[in-house]
Amino acid sequence: MRHQIVSDDIRAPEMTEAIEKCVHCGFCLAACPTYSLLGEEMDSPRGRIYLMKNVLEERLTAEDAQPFIDRCLGCMACVPACPSGVEYGDLLVGYRALQEPARQRSPLDALARKLVCETLPYPGRFRLAARAGKIGKALLPALPPAFAAMLSLLPATLPPPRPLPSLLPARGERRGVVALLLGCAQQALAPEISYAAAHVLAANGLEVHIPPRQGCCGSILLHIGEEKRAQAIARRNFDAIPDDVDAIITTAAGCGSGMKDYPLLFKSQPDAERARDFSRKVVDFSAYLARLGLSETTGFNRERRVVYQDACHLLHAQGHQSEPRTLLEQVPNLRLVSIADAGMCCGSAGTYNIDQPELAAELGRRKVVSILAAEPDMVVSGNIGCIMQLRQELARQQKTLPVLHIAEALHQAGEE
Amino acid sequence: MNHPFLQALETIYPPDRLLTRDVELLPYESDGLTAFQSKPGAVVLPIDEAEIIATVRLCHEHTVPFLARGSGTSLSGGSLPIPDGLVIALNRLNRIKRIDPQQRIAVVEPGVINLHITEAAQPYNLYYAPDPSSQSICTIGGNIAFNSGGAHCLKYGMTSNHVLGMKVVLADGAVTQFGSESIEGVGIGPDLIGLFVGSEGLFGIALEITLRLMPQPELYRTVLAAYNDLGAAGDAVSLVVASGLLPGAIEIMDRLAIKAAEASVKAGYPDAEALLIVELEGEALQVEAEFAQLQDLIQTSGAFEMRVARSEEERARIWKGRKGAFSAVGRLSPDFIVQDGVVPRGRLGEALMAIDKLKTKYGLDVANVFHAGDGNLHPLILYDGREAGALERAEALAGEILALCVSLGGSITGEHGIGMEKRDYLPTMFSEEEIDIMQALRRAIDPNEIANRGKMFPGGDAPALKQQGLHPLERQGVISRE
Repeated sequence: MRHQIVSDDIRAPEMTEAIEKCVHCGFCLAACPTYSLLGEEMDSPRGRIYLMKNVLEERLTAEDAQPFIDRCLGCMACVPACPSGVEYGDLLVGYRALQEPARQRSPLDALARKLVCETLPYPGRFRLAARAGKIGKALLPALPPAFAAMLSLLPATLPPPRPLPSLLPARGERRGVVALLLGCAQQALAPEISYAAAHVLAANGLEVHIPPRQGCCGSILLHIGEEKRAQAIARRNFDAIPDDVDAIITTAAGCGSGMKDYPLLFKSQPDAERARDFSRKVVDFSAYLARLGLSETTGFNRERRVVYQDACHLLHAQGHQSEPRTLLEQVPNLRLVSIADAGMCCGSAGTYNIDQPELAAELGRRKVVSILAAEPDMVVSGNIGCIMQLRQELARQQKTLPVLHIAEALHQAGEE
Repeated sequence: MNHPFLQALETIYPPDRLLTRDVELLPYESDGLTAFQSKPGAVVLPIDEAEIIATVRLCHEHTVPFLARGSGTSLSGGSLPIPDGLVIALNRLNRIKRIDPQQRIAVVEPGVINLHITEAAQPYNLYYAPDPSSQSICTIGGNIAFNSGGAHCLKYGMTSNHVLGMKVVLADGAVTQFGSESIEGVGIGPDLIGLFVGSEGLFGIALEITLRLMPQPELYRTVLAAYNDLGAAGDAVSLVVASGLLPGAIEIMDRLAIKAAEASVKAGYPDAEALLIVELEGEALQVEAEFAQLQDLIQTSGAFEMRVARSEEERARIWKGRKGAFSAVGRLSPDFIVQDGVVPRGRLGEALMAIDKLKTKYGLDVANVFHAGDGNLHPLILYDGREAGALERAEALAGEILALCVSLGGSITGEHGIGMEKRDYLPTMFSEEEIDIMQALRRAIDPNEIANRGKMFPGGDAPALKQQGLHPLERQGVISRE
């Protein structure tokens, strides 16, 4: 599309390139979760591109466009669906970062956002907040939707921490050296994921470094337009994580895709090159192991029907469709079963279930219906957000079905 | 948009389904042809047929022009809003009401996506045959308006061959039923389905459509043949057709189109000047016999390489590249015009050579992707809209290609329709008397000309292209507005 955008913003070239490449053909509509729910152009990828273009051209105010941009899950399903190669993510992340500083938020909205920014990336604070949240739950009916959603996502009790040493030696023949990123909220909500990941990696011949001084990767902040905070938080990991590892392993889809976007986040910054080198090493747990192949294939002791739930930031943003499946198929007695609309977001999408609770809940409901139709014994995913969302929705539908991280499933198969 | 009309709309629609703010209207400004933009007065999102009927009656009563819109994928500006008119967005009428495997029919609402019908019919080994390239998103309502074809219409015909019956609301608010669930149809009187299908939304809105489903072919054989010369690929088509084979599809892509599709899908297409895709389908025994014959034909046609899809996955990739080719051209050029001319298939080679000459004359690149089996050309004219005069040159080139198609005994449109884009070319194909008959027919159904006003017929008060000045055909003296 032609445009009349005049901007000297540092992100302008990537943003305008996305707009120029869009031919408005509509192929993205079929892949878009909000379009499938609402069926209106403003809530479709090409509609949002058109709105962002109009705001950047100053034909429309940012405030008017905001509700529709906010409703975008950032799931990136439109990117592989696009025949023209529009990098929608570059436009969306750039646009959100550009608009955020000038944005007027209501006091409640601002408070909710501050809570997210100040607690989610810090496991210690998050644990404290979760305890406070338990008290808050008593007030649930009186709270605005965003707070209610935030609180209802918190589990009744937080699991005990699962401490890991700073180095886990490779078992058997050493096949590589990796660093494991522990994540932020994941450490508080499900420390068993990193624990399982570290042990599965070690069992498969990898020397696993778990630098104790590491922190949040900043992706969750980057994805909601808090660019400066994201940069500050990401920089700490450049120092904390050793340079001489083969790969930096992530176990959360959003972390992986966000860290792969560091070159854009640090564009024209003094540490741009460092960010690029760091970013190049980032690999998702399932992709890395699938490429390496399992050296240890202990399986379940009886057949398990398993639904693999694609995390959007693994499937669409990082393009890992086959890797997790290849990995699971190597496990004896594990039978993968497919579901309808496998590529459709479950509604978790970072902080989406906090910002857009109604839409998130409807997407979650639909996803669980498709999963249950496949009659699985277990659901496996590669992302904490999806796991929490599915667990919550299953509980709401009063269904018992274990939802595990792929690292946990592999670990469990090894234990049986 | 006038106040009493809006007030009346408010009695039908709650605020979240009656869009009137700029931010809600702007995204409806264009369809798949972004050279045109036109902001509607309002957009409504009905959820059942009663709301559609009430809305059309209201438009008739207040003489407000309306456009029925599906997914807005039209490449001829057919779903461009009428300035200050009403857009009736049918996307929420997306229920497949019934699949009847015994009768092999599907009963659907107009906002149902083409591919969803095939997906719903799959468990019964049935499918819906018309497969326009946008089938993953285009709606049946739009397919009816434009009598959509697709790669496989060579063997199975266009949308009009697959609609058995439909309930419609005409532009004056009258509700009527055409056809029935029977394959034989009514059989008496004029073919009203044939009249309605392809009328580009000028007669009214289809509310409920009964479609024919086909048994899924037992076997597919999809063959890719690579040529060093576009003409040789064109001649191969004549060879296949003359042999008596009737493949499901025969498609050609030229070097530029291959490049774009390859960048988008990585289909693994060979590096060639032209690529021929031939797909045989049907009962296994017959397909195998035809396949042997086809291989011989391709051997003698001068192809330097031939590949056969070895799995359903490979076949899907071949088609994904082909079907995404138009949009993929967005990777090669900031702007392009897709044309949709038809020539008798025996004259394909001639047409391609002439297009090649025009390319040089205008100094523009043209990518060719086409349904070779039925002579439906899709030249994609690449230009950069930021360059002064580029759009005008591209349009002039497009005009010459259309004139060429007509002069070779073909048509200015195969499946994209006249819409907004080619309305001024209608007189190159039809005489004044013929156009008058069409107009009379339209006015008999829609005296106020409110349904998709401004489309298909030359002139009128439809929105002009954002570019000013004479139309290229006017400059050439082919048409005039007086």
